[in-house]
Amino acid sequence: MITAAALATLALVCAVGAWRFTRARWTYRAPHVAIVLWQALGVTWGLAGTGALLAYALEPYGQGVLQGLHAFTVSALNGGYGLSEPYTLPRILALIAGLTALTILVVVLLAAGWQTFRARHRHRTLLALVAREDPEVPGVRVVDHPGPAAYCVPGLRSQVVVSAGALKLLSPAELAAVLAHEAAHVRERHDLVLLPFAALRRALPRSRVVGKVQSEVGLLVEMAADDVARRYCSPRRLATALLRFGTAGAAPTPQGALGVSDSCSAVMARVERLVSPGPELPRRIRYSIVAFSVTLTASAPLLWLIPH
Amino acid sequence: MKGLGELERSIMDIIWAQPSPVTAREVGRLIADRDLAPTTVMTVLDRLTRKGFLLRTRDGRAWRYEPTESRDAYVAELMLEALDLTGDRSAALTRFAQAVSGTEAEILLRALTELEDE
Repeated sequence: MITAAALATLALVCAVGAWRFTRARWTYRAPHVAIVLWQALGVTWGLAGTGALLAYALEPYGQGVLQGLHAFTVSALNGGYGLSEPYTLPRILALIAGLTALTILVVVLLAAGWQTFRARHRHRTLLALVAREDPEVPGVRVVDHPGPAAYCVPGLRSQVVVSAGALKLLSPAELAAVLAHEAAHVRERHDLVLLPFAALRRALPRSRVVGKVQSEVGLLVEMAADDVARRYCSPRRLATALLRFGTAGAAPTPQGALGVSDSCSAVMARVERLVSPGPELPRRIRYSIVAFSVTLTASAPLLWLIPH
Repeated sequence: MKGLGELERSIMDIIWAQPSPVTAREVGRLIADRDLAPTTVMTVLDRLTRKGFLLRTRDGRAWRYEPTESRDAYVAELMLEALDLTGDRSAALTRFAQAVSGTEAEILLRALTELEDE
């Protein structure tokens, strides 16, 4: 019972922590660290939530979650023998709920990965047909469209793409800043950071907390890329590039669940910290947060392993 | 010899530029300066058809090829995704910035660029 209770508490702490964490603003001062904490919270929440149900359901085996699942499978194949105490209805329900939740999480993650892979493949194929190389921006694909766009297609052979509209809109120094930003996304594989949160969003489309979490992680990833880019270019150029992009593209509005006001404040938050950066989070605190994240991430798998 | 991707691209450009469906022989003639074997042209046309970029119809003993979509349609498809207007908030691409509205951004932009000019 102790393991189940511990896992349930852990899941609850993660959920409440995530909800509180969406409002934290120190994260803007250390986006890389905050991203690590978000990932730890996500993984732990998933493993602890499903683990709590399974730990309760498999308690009669007295072998912990992982060994318990194995013992359950073996006994189920042999006709349901080998238990000292009979299964009760709550345990059966917990087993069904736990296995269902775990399956959903895994399937949703795999589906999101597959869908992303397909979308990128299609995007790359089309780029190969219609994008051109521009001698002024070597190594970058240019799409002839008047709308301002700059993005990267991540992957093993990632590509940075800008539209003709963006080339026209930005000064050479601003373009360099944008490209440094995109290069940071590519190098740090931010797409892999975003993938599980996008998948979770797909699994729970109505949840406002999950929606908030996804846009918060999305913003932190942008800030992390801004921080890397500012080492190679003028932060002010990056800020003016952001504003030019934002104001030039004001005509079409995204149809997603999040309105323009939300993305607007996100862009303004990025501009603000580029123009007048706050003090960096003290090293001591940054290290503590990373250590906490590592401990958190390790806790759920450990609780899955230990017997009752 | 350029890569297959480059070749697919040039052949699509040729077919997009033609007002009516063309045969492999005609494509080969239009791309003549490249000194390509006719079989290579056939292979690339076949690949593009299988990928869904070309439609082919029988014309006597030869096939006539025409584009499934215009070049602009593909550009539009890319940009829809690039500007995140598809509405599914996928994580397939990482974009530089979203649209902002309001005068606040414009005022700030003016202030920042004026600062630079001084």
